[in-house]
Amino acid sequence: MIAEIGLAALWLAAALAVLQMVSGAFALRSAEGEANSLAIYARPAAVVQAFLAVLAFLLLLYAFAITDLSIKLVASNSHSMKPLLYKLTGTWGNHEGSMLLWVGVLALSGGLLAAFEKRLPERTMGATLAIQGFVALGFYAFLLLSSNPFERLPVPAAEGTGLNPLLQDIGLAIHPPTLYAGYVGLSVAFSLAMGALLTREVNPAFARVMRPWVLGAWVLLTLGITAGSYWAYYELGWGGWWFWDPVENASLMPWLAATALMHSVSVLAARDALRTWTIMLGVLAFSMSMLGTFLVRSGVLTSVHAFAVDPERGAFILGLLGLYIGGAFTIFALRAGAVAEGKRFAAMSREGALVFNNVMLSAILAIVLLGTLYPLLTEAFDVRVSVGPPYFNPASAIFAIPMLLVMAVGPLLRWKSDKPARLQFELALIAALVIGTIALVSFFGQFPLLPLLGLGLAAALAVAALLPLRGRNVMRMPLSTWGMVIAHFGVAVSLFGMACEGAFSQERLAAVAPGGTEQVGDFAVTLESVTPFAGPNWTAIEARLAVSRDGGETVILNPQARSFWSPPQATSESALLTRWDGQLYAVIGNQAEDGRWQIRVWWKPFVTFIWYGGLLIGLGGILAIAGRVQVDVRRRKATAMGDQRRADIDALGAATPLPAE
Amino acid sequence: MRSLYLWVPLALFAFFAGLAGYMLTQEKDQFVESTMIGQPLPAFALEPAFAGLPGASTGDFTGGRPRLLNIWASWCLPCIAEAPQLEALKAQGAEIIGIAIRDRPEDVANFLGRHGNPYARIGSDPISEVQLAIGSSGVPETFVIDARGVIRYQHIGDIRESDVPKLLAELEKAK
Repeated sequence: MIAEIGLAALWLAAALAVLQMVSGAFALRSAEGEANSLAIYARPAAVVQAFLAVLAFLLLLYAFAITDLSIKLVASNSHSMKPLLYKLTGTWGNHEGSMLLWVGVLALSGGLLAAFEKRLPERTMGATLAIQGFVALGFYAFLLLSSNPFERLPVPAAEGTGLNPLLQDIGLAIHPPTLYAGYVGLSVAFSLAMGALLTREVNPAFARVMRPWVLGAWVLLTLGITAGSYWAYYELGWGGWWFWDPVENASLMPWLAATALMHSVSVLAARDALRTWTIMLGVLAFSMSMLGTFLVRSGVLTSVHAFAVDPERGAFILGLLGLYIGGAFTIFALRAGAVAEGKRFAAMSREGALVFNNVMLSAILAIVLLGTLYPLLTEAFDVRVSVGPPYFNPASAIFAIPMLLVMAVGPLLRWKSDKPARLQFELALIAALVIGTIALVSFFGQFPLLPLLGLGLAAALAVAALLPLRGRNVMRMPLSTWGMVIAHFGVAVSLFGMACEGAFSQERLAAVAPGGTEQVGDFAVTLESVTPFAGPNWTAIEARLAVSRDGGETVILNPQARSFWSPPQATSESALLTRWDGQLYAVIGNQAEDGRWQIRVWWKPFVTFIWYGGLLIGLGGILAIAGRVQVDVRRRKATAMGDQRRADIDALGAATPLPAE
Repeated sequence: MRSLYLWVPLALFAFFAGLAGYMLTQEKDQFVESTMIGQPLPAFALEPAFAGLPGASTGDFTGGRPRLLNIWASWCLPCIAEAPQLEALKAQGAEIIGIAIRDRPEDVANFLGRHGNPYARIGSDPISEVQLAIGSSGVPETFVIDARGVIRYQHIGDIRESDVPKLLAELEKAK
């Protein structure tokens, strides 16, 4: 019954999406303030739809928890002997389940918007909900017509075939749902942007409604990417933290667009500038989310994350992309000219710096997009190429370096217009830090250019990020300013980790006989033994490595080479030794003919700072959201007090005019 | 037109959609080849996996005829599905040498008793040593080894009925 209820819930949700779309469109047609008999259904439809979609997802989760092998999806992606946690994560560790999760989050965000957002004009709200319903409807159609997660097997399977062993990891429990929530949170920004464009209500009030959604989605994307990067780093056993794989790029591109959008929407909310630009980025950010889904799901690109290589599904998603992205860009082209540009500002101003950085972010986005799609383009002419770090690193650095420099200065600038003379000290300090750090590090040896620049910029940015605190009462500073300071400082921390990893990593690949010792950096690594090892649904060979730093205390590391049998696959389980100043990363490889074992060990100084920085950036975003909530609550209280006063005055019959708000 | 640039995003997207649509209709190579293809079989000498058949070593792949090297295990479910196809290959003259991965003699005997025995020899590879050396990442996998002991072809996953002619053709090519 579970599967049938789940399927019915999905069909009902799809029907409600139609209702939401139609009634939202009616709200758009009616004049402001005029009641429309159909328009009143948009909000309840969105709320009930959210409930049904989440219910369907929970039912699938339950089917995975009890390993209901009469459901095709469970039988082909799970196994009764799997640990419960991985049974649950298996729900979204496959195509159908992850699409259901996607739709669930989409419907949930639409429902939340409908239930709690009261500030928007009803017409804009109607248009927004209509768009949100339209987007959801496409994905319901995709699930119901081509990827039904609740499909039954004619005969229940005797046993499931398991879950991709790479996905049997706690990283999978956290990483995709976080990322998805971020992707889909951007759908609300998209719908709001389209709604505002349709009703020509692009103004600060609209930006204030959009901002928490953008911030929330951006925080989730940041944390999702950070978790994903660390997961790939320790799980894939290749010692790297970013590979510019199409799937990684699929998460980076919406993040870049969302970062630009977040800054631009703040400018619109605070200064009523950048109207068209904000709308464009709103459309672009969610387009990048959908494009990412298409690239990952259609198999048009070859990736290490080959999930569901299915051209038919690819064609379906491509159709949806054409409908949504094509439609949005068409409306944009027709309408954006009618949106007034908003307030003007000088190039040398806070707005100017933000615009510059948004352009740089967009340029990096274009670089990544081009690199990701380039193999697709050449393959059309039968040339197979793969684009990797040699292209992405320098090409994105060209835009990232000026962006980071302006990012250091931007928060110190005044709104509207400023003079360089006012910031002489700060500019000199930033320049001195960049040049000084590079000179200092170069003194100790030859290092590659990009990491060296990265170190200089990290030092300058770390100091510059804290400069807005100077001369201010830090206890009274708004939370959102704290958020900015911490997020910018987090960028410096991440950059420092990346630069150190790039410049100072040491690697040792050696064939070692048991008892043999290798030296990596300050560490002596001794291979004590290699033994077979049995896990719940895998077997492994496990090495015992005794590690000692500068002859100090000995620590044991146990890297494994695992073999899963259902489905059969070998994975490498790296062993990590974390110290405050870096990580020792060990992997066991094959055995050579003479009986020696291949051991690969890296010493990566300050590599953990990459992810600490990511967490700080996320924390900054959370503080910014908290700051907005705090301001809203205060404003509401003030309004309530004002209302009370107004009521009192009315009661007293006094004619005292209230001060304008 | 004053706002011609507003159409740029749409034009770029249309180009991408056209390209992606075209690529979706193209055939895609699904196989990831082992880097060992074209290389000689690494040297190994494995103990018999159970008492009924001799073990396997590199020296078994000589004598002027190509052979199949089947990597399998009694605990592997797709290997059960594959068993009838191995029988069919044997019936059509293919000599199959097996390597049992992380297996126990009684389980191997039990499996062969239940699902048939297409093998001429079966070596036991208790720690996947030989499997990894050949460049195989899972069970079952089947390699075509030519008369001089060079790896010619790799089939990943269980052999389906439709794969049998392909493997026979590869054996013929390796002569």
